[in-house]
Amino acid sequence: MFKEKLALVWEILETIPDPEIPVISVVELGVIRKVELTQLETIITITPTYSGCPAMKAFEDDIIQTLENKGFPKVVIKTIFSPAWTTDWMNDAAREKLRIFGIAPPQKGTNDKGVLFGSGPKQVNCPQCNSGNTELISQFGSTACKALYKCNDCLETFDYFKCI
Amino acid sequence: MDINEALIKYCLRLGDDAMILGHRLSELCSNGPYLEEDIAMTNISLDLFGQTRMMYTTAGEIEGKGRTEDDFAYKRLEPEFQNVLLVEQPNGHFGNTMARQMVFSVFYYHLFTELKGSSNEKLAAFAAKSLKETTYHMRHACEWIVRLGDGTEESHWKVQDALNEIWSYRHELFEKDEVEETLIENGIIPDSASFKPAFDSSLQEVLDRATIVEVTEGWKATGGRRGHHSEHLGHILPIFQSIPRTYPNSKW
Repeated sequence: MFKEKLALVWEILETIPDPEIPVISVVELGVIRKVELTQLETIITITPTYSGCPAMKAFEDDIIQTLENKGFPKVVIKTIFSPAWTTDWMNDAAREKLRIFGIAPPQKGTNDKGVLFGSGPKQVNCPQCNSGNTELISQFGSTACKALYKCNDCLETFDYFKCI
Repeated sequence: MDINEALIKYCLRLGDDAMILGHRLSELCSNGPYLEEDIAMTNISLDLFGQTRMMYTTAGEIEGKGRTEDDFAYKRLEPEFQNVLLVEQPNGHFGNTMARQMVFSVFYYHLFTELKGSSNEKLAAFAAKSLKETTYHMRHACEWIVRLGDGTEESHWKVQDALNEIWSYRHELFEKDEVEETLIENGIIPDSASFKPAFDSSLQEVLDRATIVEVTEGWKATGGRRGHHSEHLGHILPIFQSIPRTYPNSKW
């Protein structure tokens, strides 16, 4: 019974979309770290993508509202910072959803060996035409977690979900 | 000094540094040199505010008197802020902004690299998280210094001037008083002297690539950690704190 209830919470969480990138859920994004059920409370432990990510408040409100609407008792959000969120937690299915949505998914393996200047250009494929002939326009894109790229073949600009 | 007292002050110092610089960068929102950099400045600003919130919240928890992040941000006066003078300096032209950003992020990159091994769980988690963001900020600033320094004649002398101006402010980042010494003795934070050579050589590497032969400096900035600020902080706080001071305790 308890296990089923716990699984149900996870199932519900999987239906809550990222407010900025609605094709992936908060679970796929990796911000949900733990779910605990007590008699009085439903405790959801989350971790922010970036320290100042303005979407975190929306995440919290959406989680509380969705679970309470489904009849779960007092939903409490706990925020932890360790281990620090990494794009490596995103699975292949989520990466593919990002690509179809028009965002180049993060590359695997977050440790860039370069320090002061990064380790030079790595190939990011255009999510529109799949060309590898792309260039970085800015490390800082439309949200904290994205960089801005341009495709030199189809000439579209696109977001790249940067590795962290 | 009591360890908890030192911890509270140290967290507030890290928070103050990040908050004041975060505010400075937010001034460039809609005022950036062009759209992509405008967005970059506000992105970095957001990261810094996130870091500020973590440190202020941690300070409040250790203090245990119910003070929140907002109390620290909005209800303190100039002398209570202990940020380094570096972060209060005006944005100037883009070369000034990037020179300030390079010194700040290179220092914090090296500090966080060590601090993530802290015996204090909160500080270790904070440093590990912030290091990822700071690395991006640092690369962005270093690449700009190279581009400007190794750019046109005008961009070269402008960034040279910017570096000459900001150079005196880097010493303060390495100052130690009772707060740092207490925490170093107890193995909670690294001794900044241990990564000073790495900090110097990082800056030198950027200067070399930027074809900057020598940076001149005439004095050493000091005072911020004791609450003695430049005129600029007195202009920042009334803007930063205007809403909570006009409408105390309002919620939205």
